[in-house]
Amino acid sequence: MRLFTYKHALNFMKYKWHAIIFSTILVLGSLFSLFTKGLNLGLDFTGGTVIEVEFNQQANLDKVRAALGENGFHDAQVQYFGSSQDVMIRIAPRAGVEQKVIGQQILSAINSVAESPVTVKKVDVVGSAVGDELKEDGFLAVLASLVGILIYVAARFEWRFSVGAVASLLHDVIITLGVFSVTGKEFDLTVLAAILALIGYSINDTIVVFDRIRETFRKMRDLSTDESVNEAITTTLSRTTMTSFTTALTLMVLYAIGGAMINGFAFALLFGIAIGTYSSIFVASALAVILGASREDLMPTVIEKEGADTPSI
Amino acid sequence: MLNQNSIWRYLLVVVVMAVSFIYALPNIYPSDPSLQINATRGAEVSNDVIATIEKELKAKNIQSKSVVLHEGQVLARFLNTEDQLKAREVVENVLGDKFVTALNLAPATPEWMDAIGAAPMKLGLDLRGGVHFLMEIDMKTALDKNINDLSQAYRTDLRDAKVRYRSVTADLPKQAVILTFRNPEDAKAAQKTLSEKDRDMVFTEGPDNSLVATFSPAKLKSLREDAVSQNITIIRNRVNAIGVAEPLVQRQGAERIVVQLPGVQDTARAKEILGATATLEFRMVDESADVASAVAGRIPPSSQLFYDRAGNPVVLQKRIMLTGNHIVGANASFDEYSRPQVNIDLDSKGGNSFSLATKDAIGKSMATVFIEYKPTNRKDAEGKTILEKKEEVVSVATIQARLGRSFRITGLDAPGEAQNLAVLLRAGALIAPIQIVEERTIGPSLGQENIDLGMNAILWGMIAVVAFMAFYYKWFGMVANIALACNVVLLVGMIAMIPGATLTLPGMAGILLTVGMAVDANVLINERIREELANGRSAMQAIHEGYDRAFATIADSNITTLLVALILFGVGTGPVKGFAVTLTLGILTSIFTAVVITRLIVNAVWGKRRGAELPI
Repeated sequence: MRLFTYKHALNFMKYKWHAIIFSTILVLGSLFSLFTKGLNLGLDFTGGTVIEVEFNQQANLDKVRAALGENGFHDAQVQYFGSSQDVMIRIAPRAGVEQKVIGQQILSAINSVAESPVTVKKVDVVGSAVGDELKEDGFLAVLASLVGILIYVAARFEWRFSVGAVASLLHDVIITLGVFSVTGKEFDLTVLAAILALIGYSINDTIVVFDRIRETFRKMRDLSTDESVNEAITTTLSRTTMTSFTTALTLMVLYAIGGAMINGFAFALLFGIAIGTYSSIFVASALAVILGASREDLMPTVIEKEGADTPSI
Repeated sequence: MLNQNSIWRYLLVVVVMAVSFIYALPNIYPSDPSLQINATRGAEVSNDVIATIEKELKAKNIQSKSVVLHEGQVLARFLNTEDQLKAREVVENVLGDKFVTALNLAPATPEWMDAIGAAPMKLGLDLRGGVHFLMEIDMKTALDKNINDLSQAYRTDLRDAKVRYRSVTADLPKQAVILTFRNPEDAKAAQKTLSEKDRDMVFTEGPDNSLVATFSPAKLKSLREDAVSQNITIIRNRVNAIGVAEPLVQRQGAERIVVQLPGVQDTARAKEILGATATLEFRMVDESADVASAVAGRIPPSSQLFYDRAGNPVVLQKRIMLTGNHIVGANASFDEYSRPQVNIDLDSKGGNSFSLATKDAIGKSMATVFIEYKPTNRKDAEGKTILEKKEEVVSVATIQARLGRSFRITGLDAPGEAQNLAVLLRAGALIAPIQIVEERTIGPSLGQENIDLGMNAILWGMIAVVAFMAFYYKWFGMVANIALACNVVLLVGMIAMIPGATLTLPGMAGILLTVGMAVDANVLINERIREELANGRSAMQAIHEGYDRAFATIADSNITTLLVALILFGVGTGPVKGFAVTLTLGILTSIFTAVVITRLIVNAVWGKRRGAELPI
């Protein structure tokens, strides 16, 4: 079976400005949401208390909220978690009250409205100082990953391509973060892990396309820059989409049946890979072309074929 | 000849796969809920104990799978966790406090696997339930204490060296000792005397014939290291007292300690034991002081009022004879009249000063003061909880003779009291208080639920990928699927083999992600082969070129992901670290399986085909 069999190169570069404008709007929108609304940071980053309990019958959230309110927890976020019997309660860190006490108070408040005592599935208490540190570490990790990739790509390609690659990477990360901001999905440590994994993964499609652009520049000398890029993208279209598809396949399963704890992780990667596939086709190459990448830039460098100097196995 | 592989390469792959298969195998045996019973002081685990346990379980109608002696401890296996919990109560009741009973999941692997060290993967807390604590060492309090001790020591040293000083004060905010003198000569002499004795301090000259002593960077570092390692040791001892199978006590960062107690559900008890920070001081009882007037507020200037556990007042001298950090060992036993006693061993420095202090004190009373730092509800400017000092006299004993490095406290009422005191004395060595900054409890039902979710996701994810590959790449897809199966076996085997690698729920997600990414390599190879075929190459050439040319791309993609996985490993904690581990290992194993193994199969089956047809 075979998809993507094209006799002629598709004219991707015709839409390069459309793509750039579309992406710019998405990135600016994401940044706007990130700066105004921010992320719904999880307990890992904010500190506080999260309790997950299981009721023996369907839980009435309003009753639980009311009971918590009576005990002074007006700020408690109460929501179903996975099923209508599982309830998650989240409370921001309090100054001056010991966290352990909060947990017990919440439990007795819940039990006062439950018909039979609830089962405690999980209690997480994180100090706000720990959360702040993690926020900083997380930010540094994302930065370190981006810089690491930048160095790697810069060593492998000419600067216009590096800029294109890293810009498309930033594009993927910012828009994925933007989706989390707009939808208000919880951003916890597993989502951060997904973003980092995304950074490592998303660059690959771009490298595949760039490799082929270089090869096409070399092989087909009578083509214009746009035509070469189109040719390269078209011939790699099958692998670009197929590799993303196989990974996305596993992530879809993870998203559908992996459970609430892993849901955000799967969503971030799934969305990130989708946007990453788009950006490696449109954004990365388009940007390199707009920046003025041309055959002449690539000719003097030593041409590498895929694996030309790698010993075969 | 193209696509020719030596027999050695096939053998290598077969051996690697066989080894990882054997090490992955224990994971298919389910673990039994079990009890681990260890003897504490004096008692011994013997066949009698086993007989007692078996009899009692039978009497209470609890079915056990087996009760055996295993590596110096009793291991009792049960059919389900309900029986396990019931049995724990029964066993604890019948054996009393001479034994520690811990809940555990005992792998049910056959003996020959045990013998070669094959064991199931270690599961993270999110998969097996339990408590996770992150504890922070309060370095400031530890350093303050050091400065105070130093200023005392300097006074004595200067007096001994007959150097006159005006004042010696501890400046806690600056973490320095400030010494003032009447003239520059005294200051010089003092600096000479003190720096000869203690090379860890840096002396700088201040205004008005003063000296400022601060810790050298090396000393600061060693103080910090000592505080962490000492706390870790103490926490380990305490964790053992709680009775936990396979606890984890590990340093994290500069001043933090991670404690993981799998299977523990009673957080309150665990916290009480772990969270209490203790130090110990020996002081002379001020026998000349009148207790009643001291309670009324008239305390002699050299003395201080303390209370014992029952609330009785005791007046003690302010001067500390010895602090708990000189205690190297303490245990409860019985004296020659079968009365309970506590034996204490000191380090040599402690022994010397204790011997000096007790020389002229025979017949007098000495008190042991237990000091705990407990977290309060107040916070300081940095948002850290302020610790409250709680002092309590735990014993008053009469000094019978000049005491040295080893001595004993007798006159205790009950064996239980001796035991308690011994535990307190051992714990007394804490030099820096600790507090819990993060706490996570995962119920056992959630753990099992997470395992089921993760396993289901991996299963269905693999089915989806396998079906797709077979459908899209036909026989070449099937070859990729064989490699995929090898990849999972190899990955599971490696996680089981590598000490310290634990499986968590995000880790399971990582396995599934590497499944998706492993076939990416095959997609790249197969697409390339299709292209080569389309360009008119023979099957043999297409396979050769396809593998060769795709390799650089595969290497690229794995290098970048590996880079990020390593960064994640550095930042992540707990479950996320598990993800980084499986991702890193998965990348390495997938290169081996997706590139090396598939090529061997493809070469063997289609490698010599000269036509232009391939089932791809």
